[in-house]
Parts: sequence; C-alpha cells; structure tokens
Amino acid sequence: MRYLPLTDTDRQAMLATIGAATVDDLFVDVPEVARLDGPIHGLPMHASEMAVERHMKALAAKNLVAGEVPFFLGAGAYRHHVPASVDTIIQRGEFLTAYTPYQPEIAQGTLQVLFEFQTQVARLYGCAVANASLYDGSTACWEAVAMATRVTKRKRAVLSGALHPHYAQVVKTMAHFTGDTIADAMPAITAEPDLDGLIARIDEDTACVVVQYPDILGRISDLTPVAEAAHAKGALLVVVNTEPVALGAIKSPGEMGADIVVGEGQSLGVGLQFGGPYLGLFAVRDPKHVRQMPGRLCGETTDAEGKRAFVLTLSTREQHIRREKATSNICTNSGLCALAFTVHMTLLGEKGLRELAADNHRLACLAADRLAKVPGVEVLNNSFFNEFTLMLGGKPAREIVRDLADRGVLGGVSLGRLYPGVEALEHALLVAVTETTTEEDIERLAQELEASIKETV
Amino acid sequence: MRYYTDEHEWIDVEGDIATVGITEYAQGQLGDIVFVELPEVGALIEQGKDAAVVESVKAASDVYAPITGEITEVNPALEEDPALVNTSPEDGGWFFKMTIADEGELDGLMDEDGYKAFVEGL
Amino acid sequence: MNAPNQSGWKPAMELSEDGMHNGPATTTGNRALMLEEPLLFEIGRVDVTGVDLPAIDPAAPTRLGGLARSEPIGLVGLTEPETVRHYTRLSRQNYGIDLGFFPLGSCTMKHNPRLNEKMARLPGFADIHPLAPQSTVQGALEVIHQLGGWLCTLTGMPAVAMSPKAGAHGELCGILAIRAAHEARGDAREVVLVPESAHGTNPATAAFANYRVEDIPATPEGRVDVAALKARLGPDVAAVMITNPNTCGLFEKDFREIADAVHAVGGYVYCDGANFNAIVGKVRPGDLGVDAMHINLHKTFSTPHGGGGPGSGPVVLSEALAPYAPLPFVRKDDAGTFYLVEEEDREERGPTFGRMTAFHGQMGMFTRALTYMLSHGADGLKQVAEDAVLNANYILRAMEDILHAPFAASGPCMHEALFGDKDFGGGLSTLDVAKGLIDEGYHPMTVYFPLVVHGAMLVEPTETESKAAIDQFVTAFRAVVERALAGDEALKQAPYYAPRRRLDETGAARKPKLAYEG
Repeated sequence: MRYLPLTDTDRQAMLATIGAATVDDLFVDVPEVARLDGPIHGLPMHASEMAVERHMKALAAKNLVAGEVPFFLGAGAYRHHVPASVDTIIQRGEFLTAYTPYQPEIAQGTLQVLFEFQTQVARLYGCAVANASLYDGSTACWEAVAMATRVTKRKRAVLSGALHPHYAQVVKTMAHFTGDTIADAMPAITAEPDLDGLIARIDEDTACVVVQYPDILGRISDLTPVAEAAHAKGALLVVVNTEPVALGAIKSPGEMGADIVVGEGQSLGVGLQFGGPYLGLFAVRDPKHVRQMPGRLCGETTDAEGKRAFVLTLSTREQHIRREKATSNICTNSGLCALAFTVHMTLLGEKGLRELAADNHRLACLAADRLAKVPGVEVLNNSFFNEFTLMLGGKPAREIVRDLADRGVLGGVSLGRLYPGVEALEHALLVAVTETTTEEDIERLAQELEASIKETV
Repeated sequence: MRYYTDEHEWIDVEGDIATVGITEYAQGQLGDIVFVELPEVGALIEQGKDAAVVESVKAASDVYAPITGEITEVNPALEEDPALVNTSPEDGGWFFKMTIADEGELDGLMDEDGYKAFVEGL
Repeated sequence: MNAPNQSGWKPAMELSEDGMHNGPATTTGNRALMLEEPLLFEIGRVDVTGVDLPAIDPAAPTRLGGLARSEPIGLVGLTEPETVRHYTRLSRQNYGIDLGFFPLGSCTMKHNPRLNEKMARLPGFADIHPLAPQSTVQGALEVIHQLGGWLCTLTGMPAVAMSPKAGAHGELCGILAIRAAHEARGDAREVVLVPESAHGTNPATAAFANYRVEDIPATPEGRVDVAALKARLGPDVAAVMITNPNTCGLFEKDFREIADAVHAVGGYVYCDGANFNAIVGKVRPGDLGVDAMHINLHKTFSTPHGGGGPGSGPVVLSEALAPYAPLPFVRKDDAGTFYLVEEEDREERGPTFGRMTAFHGQMGMFTRALTYMLSHGADGLKQVAEDAVLNANYILRAMEDILHAPFAASGPCMHEALFGDKDFGGGLSTLDVAKGLIDEGYHPMTVYFPLVVHGAMLVEPTETESKAAIDQFVTAFRAVVERALAGDEALKQAPYYAPRRRLDETGAARKPKLAYEG
C-alpha cells in the first residue's frame, strides 16, 4: 500500500515493544458485537494510482465541462478566468498541508495571508473588519442574521424577496431551530426591486433586514434608504453579495450604510467546482461589533523580539473556549479558498479588478442587447452588472434550459429551477456573462434560444 | 463596608448603592485581562446570575451578581483599558454599581477577614 | 527525514544571552533562507496588475443603476513574478505535513496523496456549475452517490447527508435531524448530554439548536461514567453526544450499552466522528447503535487541511433519522440515472428539516475523498486504522516512563496518546514543551485539550509515518520532556529558531488590529 510506510517487520517489532501479540490486542476494548473478521464486505480492495485515475476520469467524462461550451450560468456561482499562478501557490505543501494556525511561530505564512485577506475583503465591502472566512455565502448569510439577533437582542429578520432563494432557505431552516422569526417574500418580476415594500416590512421588533446586491434577478439599487429605515427602527442592514467582481464597478455596501456585509467569494480564485468548497465572506462596518462576529479573526501583534507578527485573536468568542456560549459552533473556515481569493485579488489589484468588472459589464451589455432582439424575449432589468433576467414570452424557462443543453449551450439558470412550482416565475431566465464569455458565445446563445423558443410549446 | 463572595468578587456598600469588582486573588488567577463585557445599565440581575464576563487570551469567565439589584452604572474606563482589572482590581478596575434590592443578602457574604481565611484555605 | 541525524552535524554555536545565534546582524533582517516578507499593502501598487485585461473605455455606456463606483476600493496589485515570490516566501514560514511530523491530536494530520489533488482538478469535476442541467452533470452526481455508498458501508449505516460543509456543520446537521424527529412526534425535549472531554463544538452545536447542555462525568479511567449517564436519562433527554474513540484516545467500550439505554428513553445517540481514523475499516459505528455521526473527510479521508479549511462533514444517519435529512440529496432511478431531490420533490423529499447550504456540499472534497478510498480499498482502510493505532500505542509506551500518562492503565489507546504535565520543574508548562518541540523541527501535539487532563498533550501520529520517523520524534520528545522535568529555564523562551519568537497575544486581544491601516 503506497501510502503506508510501516513494513510487517516494523509492525512486529513495534508490537513486541508494546507487549501485544497481534494488532487486534490493541482493539480489545471494541465490544464483541462490533468486531469484524476481516475487511468490510461490499467494498473493493486497494487499487493502483493508474486504476483509480481511470475510474475517476470515467466519471469526470460524464459531465459537460463549462469551458467547452457557450456557458451562461450564474445565480450565486460564476465562472471566471483564474490565473495559472493561483493554483501553483495553493498547491505548495506549506499552505496545502498546514493546519489552522494554532502555533503562530510556525504558521506566519497562513496568518499573514489571512491578514491580507481580511484587509482585502474589508476594503472591497467598504467595512472596517472582515473575518478569516466562513464556509460559503449562504451559511455566512445565516451567521449575519444570527449576529444581528445578538447585537439587537431581537428575534425577527426581514428578508428581501430578491435574496437568493437557497440563502433564504438556509436562513429559514436555521431560524426554525433557534426560534427566530423570518419574514420572507417572493421576488416580484419587475424592472426595479420594490424597496418601499421592503422598508414597510421593517418594524420595532426587527433585528435586521437582509438585501442582496446585485439581487437574485441581477438588479442594482441604492440601499441607502433601506439602511436609513432600518437604523430608524434600531435594526441592522445586512447586505449579501454573491458576485465580488461587481464591487469593482459599483458602490460598496458599506458606503450605503450596511452594518454587516456577507457574501460568496468563489468568483475569485476558487472556480465552479459544482458548488463547493466555496468561500464565505463576512465583514462589519462598525468595529464595535467585532466581538459579536462569528469565525476566526487574525490580528497583528509583535513577538518577543519586537518583530511584527500575526496571530488568531479574540478567540474567546469561539466554541473551543466558550463552548455552549460561543457566538457560533464554527470551527473550520475556508482557509485554502481564502488563499486562492487573496492571490487572485493580489494579481488583479485595484486596476485589474476595475478592468475585470468593466469587461464583465461591457460583455453583459452586449449580450443583453443581442438577446433582446430574439423574438419573444425581453430584458427585465433596468440595471445589472454581469447577470440579468430574460422574460421568455410565456415559454417555460426550465424546459428551454434543458433544450438548450441538448443543443450544446448552457444557457442560464431558470427561475423555475430556483423557485419550483411558482407559476409567476416560470418564464424567466437568469443569464450571466463574464470575461470568459466570447461574442461568438453570445451569438450562439441568441440563435439557439430563438430556435428553442420556436420549438417549445 | 466591603463584602466578599466565594466567587472572588468584592462589594462596597455606600448608602443604597453597591460597587462590584473582582479581587486581587481573582485577577491573579485569570492572568492578563483583555476584555470585560459589562451589563447594561438598567438591567435587573438576580443574586448568583451572570452579570459580566471577563476575558483573558484563552479563557472567558463569568462574573456573577453578588446580590440582587438593578445596574446603575458601569465602569467606562474598562472599555479602553481592560488591564485596569489587573493593575487595580479593587479600586480603579471596578466593574459596575447596582442597587441593593434585599439588604438581607449581604448577610450571607464574607467580610475582609473571612475572605482572607477563605483564600488561604484554597 | 526518516533517518536520524546521520550527517553528524551539531550546531557549534552557543546561544547568547538573548537566545540568538552569535553571528553578525544582517542588513535586511534576512538570515539566508529565512526571509522576511512585508505585507502585500506595503509592496503592492494601485496602478499595477498581474492580469492583462482590456483597458476601461470611459465612454462606454453602463447600466449600473447610477451606482458606478466613485471611490477607490483601496486594493493594491502585484505582477505575476512579484505575486509568486510574495506568497512563496510566506509559504516558507509555515509548517505542513509535507515538511515533517505533525502529531496534532484529534486533527489527523496524515499525508495528503497528490493523486487526490490531480483528480479534483479534472475539468469534468472542477469546471461544472452547481445548477447545470442534471443531464449534463451525471458524473458529478454519481461521485456523490458513490462516496455516500462508501460512507454508509464503512459505517454500517443506512443513509447519509452529504451537504454539510465541515465537521461542526455536520454535527449541526445531526442535531437538527434529532430535533426534527422529536418534533415530528410532538415530543419536545430540552436536554443534550455531553461528556466533559468533548470537543467544544459539541456543546456549541447543541446550544445552537436551543438545547440545554448538561455535562456527563467521566470515570477515573477516562471513559463516560455509564452509571451517572443512566441515572440522568429521562424523557427530557433528546440526545447524548459522544466522541468515539473519545478525546482521551480511548474506545468507549460501553457504547452499545449506552446507546441501548438512550434509545430506551426515546433519545438518540450522536457520535462525534472526529476520531474515525482509529476504527475506519475495522469497526462499523452502526453496529454500536449510533443514530448520527459526522465524518470529517479532511481527517480520516485525507482531504487537505489547507491552513484551516475547507473541510467537509457528511453525516451518516440511522433509519429513524434518515427521513429528516437536509436537502438536496442524490438518488438513482431504475434506469441508472442520477437525480437531485430538492425542495420541489414533495413526495420524495420526506419530512426533511430543510437546507444547510446553497448547493450540494463540498464537491472538491468529495472527489478527493473518493479517490483516497478507491486507492486504499477495504483492506487498505483497515490497515490505516491498525497502523494509526499501532503508532499511537508505540508512542504511549515509549513515553510513559517519563511523562504522566493518566489513562495508560485503562488499556490500549486508540489513534492518539494522551499525556499530562505532572512533575515539570521550574514552573515549566505544557506550552513550554510544545514550543521546545518547535525548535526540534516538529509541529507540537494538541495542547490543553481535552480539558479533563491538566496540561494535556494529545499526540496523534497517524498511519502515514514510518517507524524511523516515529523513533526520531520520540527521541526529540523525550529530550524536551526531560528538560521540562529538570526545570530548564531556557525552555520558557522557546522557540528560538522559528520565523518568530513567542507572540504578544495579550496585546493582540487588548487592542485588536484586524486589517492593514495605511
């Protein structure tokens, strides 16, 4: 077995040192009822690297690779070009095979990266402090709601109807068990989101109002009035962002008065990966809220010789010290994805992120204009960044998406998939366009969409 | 008059207001204090219930209300300088002031000599 | 590194008073291969980028709803050569398994096979979208299905929830399933029992789900006190959460009896599977009466720890809890097609407790873990458990004459050996021993956990170390412990040779500086 260095001679010698006759003597505490007479039945025996590779490649070959076809899926996961050096760096064994930096003297690499990561995220979000990452955007969204209930000592959260439905689902699932009340809504299929309606739902018992920016339909709106309305009632504004590249082109949530900003960081460095591992981002605008934050925080300090150094800090918030009084049960973060994000963001810098955002938006505008010319198709949005909603003239978007896939085009995410069974949303299609999309891809989608609409009843 | 609890808190009673902090012995046990979470002014706290949390780098310890009462004031200096609890635990490092709902509760507490003997017995 | 120091080299230099080598200071602060590296924000520039993109056309029309960014973000960039050098230099200030022995108890720091990395990067896995039409991602759904099948077979459990993102998230999944199962029969329960030696995540998880947490005492031999536990059981107890093997490194030999007693009062048994490596392929938790157990793919199945994540925490479930599993999950129909069961599939989804994450779980970890399982097979995984346990017992016996081993008389340990700090001289502590080991070139063991042992040192060697590597570690560990017993003051200032000396953690917490300012 290529991964196991002990030889039978070693094993015998070690058993002799221990004073055991066989290795089973070391398992004497396992009750009779649970002892097995050999390897577990029903599983194959060990296999060579070559044989395993063959098995896995056969499975991989059954998937349609996004990069090989015109591709327009988004809805919380975006396909961007990741520079080659990102993967080289995250595969360095010193990063890949390190543990959580509990021994800071020999973990300054990870710790300094986390400090750089926290700084990048805080600045991108227009916030004071970001943590060292959470699992993903959806769990970060729940953690923001939970934090708001701690800060305000209230138990009701108002969700915008245009929050990603899976994020809303996660929040509702968790709130059911914590006893918090969640006021959610369906998205209205309108060119502009109904912020007045949202504001009207904020009351004196509201801990926070949760708004996605850009929202699930791709719309962008000024959230300053929502922030003001929330603050007037003593509630916090939580802003959720699922596309960090957008913040290279549009105002940060912090600038508009968001108190907690959370999001998905997958767009930078991480890749699609069928949904995970992703990267939860979490930041607060006011430093006084730091002690109510979930997750790990890396801070700057000095060592005994006065040299600058970094260390995990404010750990008393966390489960390993506070146990049942912790701010969250989170232990693992998304460290390696945070590294990938930071390396990609470092390669981009201010200049690159702005250019990348501009290029995404330019191509999305091109796509929106071209697709609007497809007979029966309308662009819903007044505003968008790199993703917008198409109305398919009464045709079922879910079937169209499947049909497009059969035609070799991954044409978008239907709202029917995201909101199954909601008739009002059945005819809408989300289309995402990034720097990886070519003008040929857009033309191909337009043509196949036209054909598909014609042929779909 | 200064009273002590077996949870290593001290209470100074002046008129109908009590000032509460932790003892020199307690701060020595806790090590370097990095943060003190204080109760809200106006909160009603029962004797023996959590009133504050005092944190070192690797531990968080609850501070219990030595008597029942309403919080009237908290020490603003601790927010800026939690190390006061280490350097001046029984003076500048006080935690909060509270009303005395039931003077009878004071009878169950130790005086200075009693506390000294209590600590020596630990 | 497997051979002892055969070069015969020994440092000839004495330490000066401040503990440093007697050697001239350098201008840069570097010491040959030990290189100081500034922060990104001190070397990056606003107008520099390492990615070639089209220049922005300021005249291009936008549809940004009047919210175009007017303020700078505050980011800086580096070109590719500068980026690679910056992060390569930082990487060299880290200790990883690739570099040396990493006996961090309860964390299972085993070798990460590189085939797993290669497979996870196949475009057919890495470059597919979670919401792609299911007909286009059959291979991905099959990976989830196959991995779930391995986990069920290895644990002897009928069902598995794959979406939890990490161990603690898996615990939450199990506890929520338990709450949902009780709620479904109108049986509100309030209490979860957790042993004192449990991971902090256990009480934090139970408290999250609005349970009151009560401690279960341990016996002097380091196991759950069955009599005390049974005495506490009643109709208010929703579940017990027990780690097995436990955090003292011992197998809970009365687990079955405990499980039967818990079931008899209508409660469920949650098993924390953090230490599954000790019994993988050797014991099936399902045979012990477990109702739910999370499996840390990043421990037992060697997906890399990555400096603190990502993890992955699938949860195996008993028949009683399976109906409450979170969405989505993967099923296979009679025609051999794989499909996702989601919110809309009202009949098939059952009384699920809901959704824990946006998509389907940690796919990138699934491909790695499945690769690892296929490589090892049923025979290899059994050998994994046996070698992990053998290595730990070997270390226990090699140390117990000089280091307090509180449970050495309780029978063999499992995959980790637990020691305490008794009889150290000169006010020295477990922390000093850990820092001394850093100077010897080792990552320290887990320290001060579990809380039930004073100055705990939890040593988990894993199965991917050779006998020579373990012998060499034992030699170093004994040397450091002997210094502690002798009260060697120099140990208080260790480490001397790491990229940094001991840190001012108090200062970091009193005046938190959590982002670069400037």
